[in-house]
Amino acid sequence: MSEVTADVMKSEGIFDHIKDVVRRNLRQYAILLALIAIIIFFQIATGGILLKPINVSRLIGQNSYILIMAIGMMFCILTGGNIDLSVGSVVAFVSASSALFSVTWGLPVGLAIILGLLMGGLAGVWQGFLIAYVKIPSFIATLAGMLLFRGLNNLILNGLTIPLPDLYITIASDSIPDFIGAAGLIIPNFVTGSGELHVTTIVIVLIATLVLAVGMSLDRKRKITHGFMVGSSTAFIAQVIGLFLVINLFGLWLAAANGFPYVLIILVTLILVYTFIATKTVAGRHVYALGGNEKAAALSGVNTRRVMFWVYANMGFMAGIAAIVFAGRLNSSSPLAGEGFELDVIASCFIGGASMKGGEGTIIGAIIGGLIMGILNNGMSILGFNIFIQSVIKGLVLIAAVAFDVYSKSKASTRVAK
Amino acid sequence: MSTNILEMRNITKVFPGVKALDNVCFEVGQGHIHALVGENGAGKSTLMNVLSGIYPHGSYEGEIFYEGKECKFKSIKDSEELGIAFIHQELALSPYMTIAENIFLGNERQKNGVIDWDVTAEEARKLMQRVGLTKVHHDYLVKDIMVGQQQLVEIAKALGKNCKLLILDEPTAALNDEDSKNLLNLLVELNKTQGLTCIIISHKLHELTEISNRLTVLRDGKTIQTMNRGDEAITEDNIIRHMVGRQLTKRFPQRTPKIGDIAFEVKNWRVYDPLDETRVVINDVDFNLRKGEIVGFSGLMGAGRTELAMSIFGRMYGKNIQGQIIKDGEEVILHSVGDAINNGVAYLSEDRKEAGLILIDDIKGNITLSNLKKLTRRGMIDSDLEIQAANEYKEKLNIKAASIFQKAENLSGGNQQKVCVAKCLFTDPEVLILDEPTRGIDVGAKYEIYTIINQLADEGKCIMFISSELPEILGISDRIYVMNEGRIVKEMPAGEASQEKIMTSIIQSSSGR
Repeated sequence: MSEVTADVMKSEGIFDHIKDVVRRNLRQYAILLALIAIIIFFQIATGGILLKPINVSRLIGQNSYILIMAIGMMFCILTGGNIDLSVGSVVAFVSASSALFSVTWGLPVGLAIILGLLMGGLAGVWQGFLIAYVKIPSFIATLAGMLLFRGLNNLILNGLTIPLPDLYITIASDSIPDFIGAAGLIIPNFVTGSGELHVTTIVIVLIATLVLAVGMSLDRKRKITHGFMVGSSTAFIAQVIGLFLVINLFGLWLAAANGFPYVLIILVTLILVYTFIATKTVAGRHVYALGGNEKAAALSGVNTRRVMFWVYANMGFMAGIAAIVFAGRLNSSSPLAGEGFELDVIASCFIGGASMKGGEGTIIGAIIGGLIMGILNNGMSILGFNIFIQSVIKGLVLIAAVAFDVYSKSKASTRVAK
Repeated sequence: MSTNILEMRNITKVFPGVKALDNVCFEVGQGHIHALVGENGAGKSTLMNVLSGIYPHGSYEGEIFYEGKECKFKSIKDSEELGIAFIHQELALSPYMTIAENIFLGNERQKNGVIDWDVTAEEARKLMQRVGLTKVHHDYLVKDIMVGQQQLVEIAKALGKNCKLLILDEPTAALNDEDSKNLLNLLVELNKTQGLTCIIISHKLHELTEISNRLTVLRDGKTIQTMNRGDEAITEDNIIRHMVGRQLTKRFPQRTPKIGDIAFEVKNWRVYDPLDETRVVINDVDFNLRKGEIVGFSGLMGAGRTELAMSIFGRMYGKNIQGQIIKDGEEVILHSVGDAINNGVAYLSEDRKEAGLILIDDIKGNITLSNLKKLTRRGMIDSDLEIQAANEYKEKLNIKAASIFQKAENLSGGNQQKVCVAKCLFTDPEVLILDEPTRGIDVGAKYEIYTIINQLADEGKCIMFISSELPEILGISDRIYVMNEGRIVKEMPAGEASQEKIMTSIIQSSSGR
C-alpha cells in the first residue's frame, strides 16, 4: 500500500489542554452545580425548612447508609458497569445476623457488631467468588444474592422484628459529646435562637478545614513544579476560601442542631480512605484499568480476577457497615430492612458520573449523586409530595443525569487516531 | 467465454493516510472462475468490498459495470439484488439458529412478514442438495456442524439469493484437505452446470491454478498481472514473483548487529484452541532468541504467530499448553502475565486500541500500568516518581504530545504505538515480543520505531518481531522464522532470505500439497 508521509499529529496545544481539563471535569462540576441548584430550589420551595439545622442533621441520618454503600458500589461499577443488586438484602441479612448475635445469643454488643460486619464481608466474598472465578455475570449473581440474602434474613428473624441494644442507636443517631462546651465554653445558639451551640463540633470542623486548606496549597505547589496545568491562583484562592466557608457553615449548622453525628465520622472516614485507595494506590489504579480496557489491563499484568473478587467482597463489607447504621436508626432488625436500597445506591453512582462502560467515576461523584437523591427525597417529603410522584421524579432525574452524561461525552468525543 | 460479467475500471480507494486501491482495473469473464491473489494488504478484500457495496458508491473513484450496466451500490442489499453474493472469510452465520434459518437469513420465505416454515424447510432441503450438504438435517444448529459444512451452508445461502456472481474470501483457509477438495469440486460443478461466475481470493495457489480460468495478482493496491488458463506463465513461481516483487528502498535504519548467546528458548510448544480443545493451534514449535538479535517471525495472518506469542506470555491464549520455556539456561513456568513480566518478558499486542491501551486514560497512566509497584512507596503510588518516569519515556521514545497528561485516544497511531512500547519497556524486560509493531502507522513513524527496536537490540535484549509485511521482516531481522498453519516451516538467516523464498516456503507447506 502506498502511504501518505507526515505523521498526522493529533496532539493538543496548551490552550486545548485546559479545555480538555475542564471538559474532563465538566461532569464533576455539572453535578455539583446541579446539587447546588436543587438545594436552592428546595430551600425556597420549602420556605427555608430544608436548611434548618435540625433538617440538615436529619438529612445526614436519612442518607448516611445509602452514601456508605454508594462508595462500595462505585468500585463495582468502575470495573466495567458491574452492579450489585443484592445490597439491600445484604443489609437485611447483616442486621438480622447482628440481632441474632447480640439479642438471641447474648454476645457483647461490640462483638455482635463486628461479627455482623464480618457477615457482610462473607456475603461479598460469596458473590465475589461467583463473579470473579466462576464467571457468572454480575447482574445474575447479585440478583440471585438479592433473593438469597433476603431469604436468610427472613429465616433468621422468623418474621419477627427484633429490637436492638442501645449501642446501635448511639452509632446511628447520636453525636460526639460536647467536651468543650461541658468544660465551660458556652455560646448561645444564634442560629436557631434557642439553646447553646455544640462548640466541640465547630472546633473540629475549623481544624479540619484548616488542614484541608494547607493540604490543597501544598498539592498545588507540587503540581506546579511538575508542569501540571493548574488554574489561576485567584481561582484557586477563591476555591479554597469558598470550601472553607461552606464547610464551616455546615459545621456551624451541625453545632446548632445536635452536634457532629457519629455516622458522619464514619462516612467522612470512609470517603477519605476510599478516595485515597482509588486515587493513590496500585489497587485503585488496577480497578480503573480493568474498567478502562479489560484486555489491555490483563496484558499489563493486572490480575483481573482478583480485582473483581475484592471489589465485590468490599461491597459486601460496606453493606455491612450500612446495615449497622440503618438498624440503629430503626432501633431494630426488621424483615423489611433494606428493601429497595440497591436502586437508590446505584442511581446515586450513575447520577454522580459513573459510566456503564467502566473506568469512569469518582467517590466524590457518588457522594454528590447520593446527596442529590437524598435532598430530592427530603425536599419532596417536606413539601408533602405523594410518594408515587416522588418515585416518578426520581426516575426522571436519573434519566436526565445520564442523558446529560451521554450527550456531553459525545460532544467531547474521541478523535479517532489512525 | 468472451463477454465479461463484471468490469471494474480505475477503482481508487483511499483511507486516511493510505491508498488501498490505486487505479485498479479488474475484469471477470462470464462463467469464469477467477482467482484473485496478493499479499496481506494488497487490496483484495478492499476491492471486493467496493464491488459488493460494503464501501458504498461515493466512497471510491472509478466505475463498476455489471452485466453491461453501470452500478452505484449504496449497500450490500443493492449488490445482492443483482445477484452478487459475498462469502466472507469469517462466516456470517448465526450459530444458534438452524441451517434452514441461516440459509434464508435476511431472505426469509415469508408472506406479509410472517415466515412460512414449510416453504423454508422445503427450499432449504433443495438448496442443501445442490451444494452436497446431504449428511445433515436442515434443523441442525449451525454451531453443531463442521466448518466445512458451515461453508456449504453459506454457499447454499448465496444460491438462495439467485446468485450469479459469487465472491469467496479464503474459502478453504479453515478447511482440511477433504473438505477443501469437496468445496472446490462443488464450485467447478456449479460453474459448469449453472454458469455461476466465481471470484476466489486465496493463498492456496496450487488449488487455484487447477480450477481457475483467470488469475489476477494485486500488489500495493495495483493490478500487476492477469493470467489466463493455458498461458505458459501460470506457475506458482511466477505468481509469487508478481505478488511480492517490489523494490526494497531505504526504509530501515542501519545497524551492526552484536549478537550474543542464546538467552530464550521455546521447546516442543503445543497449544490447543480454547474454543475447540481437539484442534491444535500451535504444533510443536521450537525456536530460540539470542541476546542482541532481532528475530523475525513471518507468515500469513492466521499462521499462529500471535497465538504463539500470547500463549508464551503468561498463557493469555490457548488451552492444554505443553512445552518448555527456557530463559538464560533455566526453565521458567509462566502461568500468568505477572509471571511473564517478573521473568523479564514483555509483549506488545498487535491491536493497540483493543488490547494495548486504555484509551480514556492519559499517557502517564498507560505507560506505568505494567509496573506500578516500581512507583509505590509506603503503599501509595508516588505521583512525583510516576510523572518523572513517564516524562523520561516520552523523551526517550520521542512521543509527540503536549504533555504526559494527554489522553491516549487523542494521539496519532504512531504515538499510541510508542506509548505501548514505553509500557513494555517500563517493566525492564530482557525479552521483547513485538506483535505487528508498525501496523497502521505511517512510514516516518515506522522508521522511528525501527530505530528504537535497533537500540533495544544493541542493549542486548532479545527481540521477537512478528510481522506480516515481508519487506519489514527482511529489513529489520537478523534471522527469520517462517510460520504456517501453527508450525515453524523454515528458519533462515536474513542474509539468505528473500521475499520469494519466504512466500515459497509458506505456500509449499500449506496443507493439501
